[in-house]
Amino acid sequence: MAGKFFLIDTTRCTACRGCQIACKQWNELPADKTKQYGTYQNPLDLNGNTYRLVRFAEYPSNKNSMVWYFFSDACRHCLAPPCKKKADQILKDAIVVNEFGAVLYTEKTKELEKASKVIKQACPWSVPNWSKDQKQMVKCHMCHERVAAGLLPACVKSCPTGALNFGEEADIKKLAKEHLAVAKKKFGAKAHIEDEKDVRALFLIVDDFIKYKPMEI
Amino acid sequence: MTNHWIDIRNSDCILIMGSNAAENHPISMKWVGKAKDKGATLISVDPRFTRTSSKADIYAPERSGTDIAFLGGMMNYILSNNKFHKEYAANYTNASFIVGPKYAFKDGLFSGYDPKTKKYDKSFWAFEKDANGVPKRDLTFKDPRCVFQLMKKHYSRYTPKTVSAITGTAEADLKKIYETYAKTGAVDKTGTIMYAMGWTQHTVGVQNIRMMAMIQLMLGNMGRPGGGVNALRGESNVQGSTDHCLLFHIWPGYLGTPKASLTTLADYNAKNTPKTNDPLSANWWQNKPKYMASFLKSMFGETATKENDFGYSWMPKIDDGKTYSWLDIFDEMYKGNFKGFFAWGQNPACSGANSNKTRKALAKLDWMVNVNIFDNETASFWKGPGMNPDEIKTEVFFLPCLTSVEKEGSITNSGRWMQWRYAAAKPPRGPKGDGDIMVELFEKVRSLYEADGKFTDPIKNLRWDYVKDGKYDPHAIAKLINGYFEQDTTVKGKSFKKGTLVPSFAFLLDDGATSSGNWLYCQSYTEKGNMAARREKKDPTGMGLYPEWSWCWPVNRRILYNRASVDLNGKPWSANKNILEYKDGKWIGDVPDGGWPPMSNKEKTKRPFIMKPDGVGSVFGPGRVDGPFPEHYEPLECPVPKNLMSSQRMNPVAPVYGTEADEHYSCDPRFPFVGTTYRVTEHWQTGVLTRWQPWLLETQPQLFVEMSHELAKLRGIKNGDMCKVSSARGKVEAVAMVTGRFRPMAIQGLTVHEVGLPWCFGWVYPKDGGDSANLLTSSTGDPNTRIPETKAFMVNVEKLGKRRA
Repeated sequence: MAGKFFLIDTTRCTACRGCQIACKQWNELPADKTKQYGTYQNPLDLNGNTYRLVRFAEYPSNKNSMVWYFFSDACRHCLAPPCKKKADQILKDAIVVNEFGAVLYTEKTKELEKASKVIKQACPWSVPNWSKDQKQMVKCHMCHERVAAGLLPACVKSCPTGALNFGEEADIKKLAKEHLAVAKKKFGAKAHIEDEKDVRALFLIVDDFIKYKPMEI
Repeated sequence: MTNHWIDIRNSDCILIMGSNAAENHPISMKWVGKAKDKGATLISVDPRFTRTSSKADIYAPERSGTDIAFLGGMMNYILSNNKFHKEYAANYTNASFIVGPKYAFKDGLFSGYDPKTKKYDKSFWAFEKDANGVPKRDLTFKDPRCVFQLMKKHYSRYTPKTVSAITGTAEADLKKIYETYAKTGAVDKTGTIMYAMGWTQHTVGVQNIRMMAMIQLMLGNMGRPGGGVNALRGESNVQGSTDHCLLFHIWPGYLGTPKASLTTLADYNAKNTPKTNDPLSANWWQNKPKYMASFLKSMFGETATKENDFGYSWMPKIDDGKTYSWLDIFDEMYKGNFKGFFAWGQNPACSGANSNKTRKALAKLDWMVNVNIFDNETASFWKGPGMNPDEIKTEVFFLPCLTSVEKEGSITNSGRWMQWRYAAAKPPRGPKGDGDIMVELFEKVRSLYEADGKFTDPIKNLRWDYVKDGKYDPHAIAKLINGYFEQDTTVKGKSFKKGTLVPSFAFLLDDGATSSGNWLYCQSYTEKGNMAARREKKDPTGMGLYPEWSWCWPVNRRILYNRASVDLNGKPWSANKNILEYKDGKWIGDVPDGGWPPMSNKEKTKRPFIMKPDGVGSVFGPGRVDGPFPEHYEPLECPVPKNLMSSQRMNPVAPVYGTEADEHYSCDPRFPFVGTTYRVTEHWQTGVLTRWQPWLLETQPQLFVEMSHELAKLRGIKNGDMCKVSSARGKVEAVAMVTGRFRPMAIQGLTVHEVGLPWCFGWVYPKDGGDSANLLTSSTGDPNTRIPETKAFMVNVEKLGKRRA
């Protein structure tokens, strides 16, 4: 296994959306025409032009009167990616995993337009999308070209608060452990790393995962 | 900032109030996070639960415009529970000073008030002095006329119950925050305040800051790592532009603009140079005549001589008793008293308070020049909403200019660091840099004056030696700002040749031998090179001062008043926060605020607050126009029939303007809700740069109005509905953002709702983005600075239509 991992510590995220914009910039992705939908979150979901999206969710709370959760959502780069499993059934190696563990959608996915919906459904978080512009399936690719050149992924590079971290498995797991200990102290037993055993993008959250992804629009 | 961004990490308790730092200064949260990692507590006080509040350990809401009540209650808690830093307060502040017999305070008014002129005679607030003319002191704080006792009495009125009824903050929340922050009064602890326009943009703006400065002084937090009073500037170079004379009442380096009645430099110096009889006070401003003479030499070069007062009479003055602030300019323009106007690098049609008045004022001009990067609501005001181009005579010139990253030069950040920047991108053909536009403009003006001008002296004598090959040279101007020896000179035992750069302001002279465009920046560009361009990452104290990274005014001192960070023997108050220590006869660490030995050396020492005439921090501030102690007054527009603190409803000396565009109402059923304005991370100022940036517009595409679930229910509004938000002066259409982050507040037994809108949108682009929230705000402001009161006003909210598809 080994390879590269992310740690996304949501307790440190201020939702500046530097990661969301940096991702667009590095990937030269166009902006969609959006409206104000009654939330800071925009666009409303990941799509063919948005590989990383900061989700906003607010709830009443006993402590501090409110909580406002921010969640920098993108591909988890699963250790056993269900999207690849599904795609392989249709077109072998349209989706590949590189030496860092990055789950990559190759040019072959151009032939998967019809299958793109079922591949999206195969993802537990509905991350991948069909891009009408690029005419292939798209999502976060771990900035694998940057990483190969010794750089950080664009999102991590832009993060001012240390919410987004990236590195070797051992380093990130150690960091995750430290951040989790701090979070448990502050937020209690609900603090945990989501799907720790299955993914390369380790999300540190302090509530049930579902609470980070609501959209009352 | 008295401190700097990195220093936030050294704090034990961070209060963010009057600021939404996570939204507007995202990188600051890196240092807040580092402080929290070390166990610091973060407190957020804001009418609305914000991105900043989401990271806070303690959050409490308050009604906009009630900060003095909130903080007055904190002062009451600190003084009545003995939570202050006694040794610090006694030795480093004027808490021990005896106030003269004419000082009094009654029912919201200080003594010396003249109801006819709506002004105070500040001489009523003078200290009592001994036979030598030194203020009398009582270090035990027992004298009933000492500042401490007067202050204690003044703030004893700010009980938790009264404060809660004014602010709408629950008493339990007040208690928790007071207790938590007051813990930084422990000798080894420090607390910091991060504030911004949420505090300044009020009719009590200056007193908001003073109230906190007083708390910081009493808790012993000034001059210390992790402490200070830290203004987060609203624009990356606002610190620099203020240092260099952005405002009407100060020349570069905070030299007061001369009044017309001071006809000679000697008159000016006599009136403006503070004096002290206290041998322990350094009274650094006694050097003002040197800085004035050097500034005038930088303006007029060789033509400035002792005989002609260095050209003092060529400089513009302000008429006695008149103010020339933003509010006054647009008031006069509205009345038709201006012919022409340069709107340079700004968009007043959206950025200023009461934008409808501003827009109408622009229509009264003969001509206007707008220098900007993109079309904007100011340049195109004549075709904006409600305007008939056929009826507008104003001739508009639009000059496209370069962005900051296309030019070389410096910016000065909130932490006073002057950082040199190279040109990062090659500019497109056509647009010019601001410096080049100014050079071309001035050279044309000069040629016209030479042909046919009256009073040509200031124009023809202006020093003009920083234009190289017809181009503006930023290095030459930076050197002029630093200053030169204008003749062969010997000063402080050192000899300097004519034309060499002055090594620091300690070498500036009042006889015309030196020039300096801004004494505070003297040392920034010396014979050793461009100090602002330095990028060394050494950190000898380990406290994040990075003394060789860029350059910081004054004289590279990273923390102002840093001699207050040590005790009377020169040892740091907290052993683990050592930025400065007196050891073996010298100071080690940051550049000390004066090199004198610590206070225990009574022969040679000077008190640490060297910019104050008495050498101590002023908890009693007799210099402000609205009183020596901050007092709560309601905003110009407020939801309550009376001020619970006194029968003075609003600040008695705040300016109120009287045109038909300045209407204002309090407790009017037509405008029942408190309104406030703010920014979003995704847009910059009025959005002139960012609204044209598709990625940013995608994230924040349209004007919104945030409101509570309760208010939305009251008005039948659903999340995403279109609404009309209106005030006495204007209206905007905005998308409803219904949220639990705003909550109704219990104020004086009433339920008060507050709503908020960002001011980054405008009608030019995007077409469906909405217009500026400043169409709603009022033309009034702080009586000291005249900063507009855009953070508290009254509005109505109505539903216009259903949620958009």
